[in-house]
Amino acid sequence: MIKAQIHKFYLNDRYIVLDVNSGAVHVVDEVVYDILDYYEDHSKEEILNILKDKHEARVIEEAYEEIAYLVDEGLLFTEGAGLEGFEYNKDNIVKALCLHVAHDCNLKCNYCFASQGNFKGERMKMSLETGKKALEFLAKNSGNRKNLEVDFFGGEPLMNFELVKELVKYGRELDKKYNKNFRFTITTNGVLLDDDKIEFINEHMDNVVLSLDGRKEVNDRMRKTINDNGSYDIIVPKFKELVEKRGDKDYYIRGTFTNHNLDFSNDIMDFYKQGFKKVSVEPVVTSEEMEYALRREHLEDVLREYEKFSKEYIEIKKKDEDFLFFHFMIDLDQGPCIVKRSVGCGAGSEYLAVTPEGDLYPCHQFVGEEEFKLGTLDSGIVKKDLREVFKKANIYNKEECKTCWARYYCSGGCHANAYYAHKDLMKPYELGCEMEKKRIECSISILANL
Amino acid sequence: MKYIRTLSGKNLRREDLAKIGCGECQTSCQSACKTSCTVGNQKCEQKVD
Repeated sequence: MIKAQIHKFYLNDRYIVLDVNSGAVHVVDEVVYDILDYYEDHSKEEILNILKDKHEARVIEEAYEEIAYLVDEGLLFTEGAGLEGFEYNKDNIVKALCLHVAHDCNLKCNYCFASQGNFKGERMKMSLETGKKALEFLAKNSGNRKNLEVDFFGGEPLMNFELVKELVKYGRELDKKYNKNFRFTITTNGVLLDDDKIEFINEHMDNVVLSLDGRKEVNDRMRKTINDNGSYDIIVPKFKELVEKRGDKDYYIRGTFTNHNLDFSNDIMDFYKQGFKKVSVEPVVTSEEMEYALRREHLEDVLREYEKFSKEYIEIKKKDEDFLFFHFMIDLDQGPCIVKRSVGCGAGSEYLAVTPEGDLYPCHQFVGEEEFKLGTLDSGIVKKDLREVFKKANIYNKEECKTCWARYYCSGGCHANAYYAHKDLMKPYELGCEMEKKRIECSISILANL
Repeated sequence: MKYIRTLSGKNLRREDLAKIGCGECQTSCQSACKTSCTVGNQKCEQKVD
């Protein structure tokens, strides 16, 4: 049995309490907030005595009764059962592929984990034969899953767009043949977008991730063309056209922040001013030695920036509910089930990356790390032990996660972050944890204000 | 309730594991982030129309 645990915080004028094991979330008055400090190991009389100078006795008694009611209902101080008896992905089903259709790029962003698109290997485009094989592999290894996902990724996938078109067509054939529903997405820097590509993408892609870092000077410092010029002016008009023509379908303008723009809320706001309403800005993932890396010394500024932006976000959301910042979105009612919230992204078992050569890796972040090559499209997964390591890297097995209040929101964090920070999949990346915790608190405080 | 407003009740139900964990929902990393792991904002397909 997992010990009862609550997490409470005050943010954006709200006292908020999370009951970790049930998932319940409460907005409370200050008196409740204060009582909760003592509730578990003090009697009512003791609490009355401790808080007598701060709150009226009648108020303390009434609030105490409300707390007791929630405890009885399993909504506060709930003990957890974990997922005993549940074996994650025991049939080794694969349901999502990150398809690296081009290990090449037409930008050279300073922070690119793909070493300008080639992932430390040769520049290469995926062949039609390999692409089809990948889709077949997915269909055949997906068991009874109906919804299958393929993200066209790179490098830059528009550099191999004919293949993208062919594979979408092929996916529709496989839908019928295997009774599946292929959902296609694409992640692009936008340089090669034109009317035809925009039309195709908007018709066939369930989601589009459009890479841009925010303000022109911020973007152009990191996201450079091959000739060392900024990419902003080339890309933004194309993204605007795509988004304008996209209607209600999903997209995200997705940026990266580094220690050069710790005031990244200005970049998010710049997106908004440009008319982009579905936005994501992510902390850079890189080794600490890199000049632009986020290090411990930057953490306080980053956390403060999230809080600052949460206040602006609340005000915007009151007027414009279509504005979505990916990391402040949280769905407490229709969100994922406990299984998903325990195992996370599924990299290495449900979710795999496929290189242009047809090699299989746990996800795009591991591509090029030879020891993480799981197999090939021809051989299937050969490193079965490694797959098991990924399957077991979850919140019930990672020491730091076992007692963390945020475990059911981050689901243990990104495997690649853990590996690159500690060379250990079982040891979460601390800075990432701190940022994620602040984002969760902001997200819930936003809900409490709307 | 006078002092407490519940924003969300029990949402980590494990009573019937046969009905949950269907895996039909979107892989979190594919939705936008590509670097971090955020699952709280993913939709459950069983509750989507």
